[in-house]
Amino acid sequence: MSTGTESDGFDLEDASIERMQLYGRIFLGLCLAAALVGIVALLALLYDVVSEAWGWLTWEFLTHPPSMLVEHYNPGNYGDLPTGPGGIYPALVGSIYLIFLTAIFTLVLGVGAAIYLEEYAADTRLTQLIEANIANLAGVPSIVYGLLGLALFVRAMGAGSSLIAGALTLTLLILPIVIVQTQEALRAVPDSMRNASYGAGATKWQTIRSVVLPEAIPGIMTGIILSLSRAIGETAPIIMVGAATSMFGPPTLTDPTTSFAAMPMQIFEWAKAPEPNFQHVAAAGIIVLLSVLLLMNATAIYIRNKYDRRA
Amino acid sequence: MSSEPIDLRREQNNVGSIVDRAAKWIFFSCALVTVLTTLAIILVLVDGAVDFFSHVSVVEYLTGTEWNPRDAADPSFGVLPLVWGTLVITVGSALIAIPVGTLTAIYLSEYADERVRNVLKPTLEVLAGIPTIVYGFFALSFITPIIQLVYPGVGVFNALSGIIVVGIMIIPMVSSISEDAMSSVPDSLRNAAYGLGATKFEVSTQVVLPASLSGILAAYILAISRAIGETMAVTLAVGMLPQITASPFAEMQTMTAYMVEIGTGDASVGSIGYMSLFALGLTLFLMTFTMNIGSMWVRSRYREEYE
Repeated sequence: MSTGTESDGFDLEDASIERMQLYGRIFLGLCLAAALVGIVALLALLYDVVSEAWGWLTWEFLTHPPSMLVEHYNPGNYGDLPTGPGGIYPALVGSIYLIFLTAIFTLVLGVGAAIYLEEYAADTRLTQLIEANIANLAGVPSIVYGLLGLALFVRAMGAGSSLIAGALTLTLLILPIVIVQTQEALRAVPDSMRNASYGAGATKWQTIRSVVLPEAIPGIMTGIILSLSRAIGETAPIIMVGAATSMFGPPTLTDPTTSFAAMPMQIFEWAKAPEPNFQHVAAAGIIVLLSVLLLMNATAIYIRNKYDRRA
Repeated sequence: MSSEPIDLRREQNNVGSIVDRAAKWIFFSCALVTVLTTLAIILVLVDGAVDFFSHVSVVEYLTGTEWNPRDAADPSFGVLPLVWGTLVITVGSALIAIPVGTLTAIYLSEYADERVRNVLKPTLEVLAGIPTIVYGFFALSFITPIIQLVYPGVGVFNALSGIIVVGIMIIPMVSSISEDAMSSVPDSLRNAAYGLGATKFEVSTQVVLPASLSGILAAYILAISRAIGETMAVTLAVGMLPQITASPFAEMQTMTAYMVEIGTGDASVGSIGYMSLFALGLTLFLMTFTMNIGSMWVRSRYREEYE
């Protein structure tokens, strides 16, 4: 191998070993510093949001409709105001309804498409095209989905800037991720279970319904909940669809053609308001949004862990 | 994929096979929705853009250096200022996210022990899961004031704040995809290098990095594509003033931020502002589509290497 003088790869001379070790330490330091950037950024972000929201996130904030007057949000003023405090209630309820409807559409379309691709589709050109298309859809900017929703659901189908138009738009947005994650859950079901079912005389549909799906449900649920938690924070698509900037009452789930407010949109309105106090109000809204997000992620992790242990 | 079921009693199973075939077609139509979505996106964007270009010439749109659609008497629709804003944010944030993300990936894949990984990876996942509107708020209420402390006189809206916040936002994307690529480099390659007397630094930079280069490049392209399409953070941080300027402290406007401006305003159907949404949407779609295809192509080459 290499001797001290004529190596072009790894040099074994003492001085150069020391030099390499120094480079190594510097490099490790750089890597460590880079890895810390993420943690520092996350801590700074959380500190910023919590400190801005401190004292502004009250029960009244959760249970009252928004107001244009920043004084109406100030906890100290609640007793004195004739019009009552301002809060996030209609947007909170709107977001929950929006995610509920999105969940239903996503469940049907996402699981259906994944079952087709994983259990039925042969490896043809068409299947490859569908898979490549799904991968590409996952990279389409969310604001473009907003334009699609605006032209297709709001205008062409005449749904207006409604809860249903918002939910359909968000469904198309998260569908690619849901399909890929559901496919992974289906792929994790061992073929031996399918073959045992076929061996017992079951048809393909019977096998899927009674063997594959029950086994894959925890994985599917985890994927769907994580995708929905991404959808609940999406702002750009619901802006394009025309979510209301301020709604003074929550939308009704029984009539999803009514207009709606949603938390990200409400936070955007507050965040861009020039009065400095609206910063605090926006931060309080962000805490509510992040709490809902955290709750959804915790649910997904709980499902995953619970069924992991059983398996 | 699974084998076909063996049908033992063909005649009694007729009802079953009808259900079976119906199920297949129902599932197929669900999969078809994804293809129809793509077609609908293209149709909607092209249809709207055609309307727009019947009022504004393509040449003016692509080469004009002034974007001022609200001037009722003499509106101008040169997209370059908006493209400039988008490019400044994209290039700037890539300059932050690519080195930081790559070094983080090397650390995770080559250096970190189990305990550190168990903290670092979930942290990056949390960072990736935070809504972009929250990043926008963070830019306005934290990053901009810090910039103003260092450089007094910088306005509330400035490109630098957007660059930093979008950079932070796409770090997890660079680091997690790059780490996947690095982790799938076989250990035999590392051990061969160690056997030759290489140090960890040499193994990381001269063995693992080149071996996973296509995966890493794919991560870069995806992250850049994400930065191009990013909307809420740049709307809040960078501002609403379309202009071509080299100053990172200046207010600018990205394509997406303009779309939000129109979306939150009351552009009525058929107005030129409404139509411009679709021309910009098409431009944005074509830019990100090209990058996504490029990333898929680079990645498919890399897959062949180790499987």
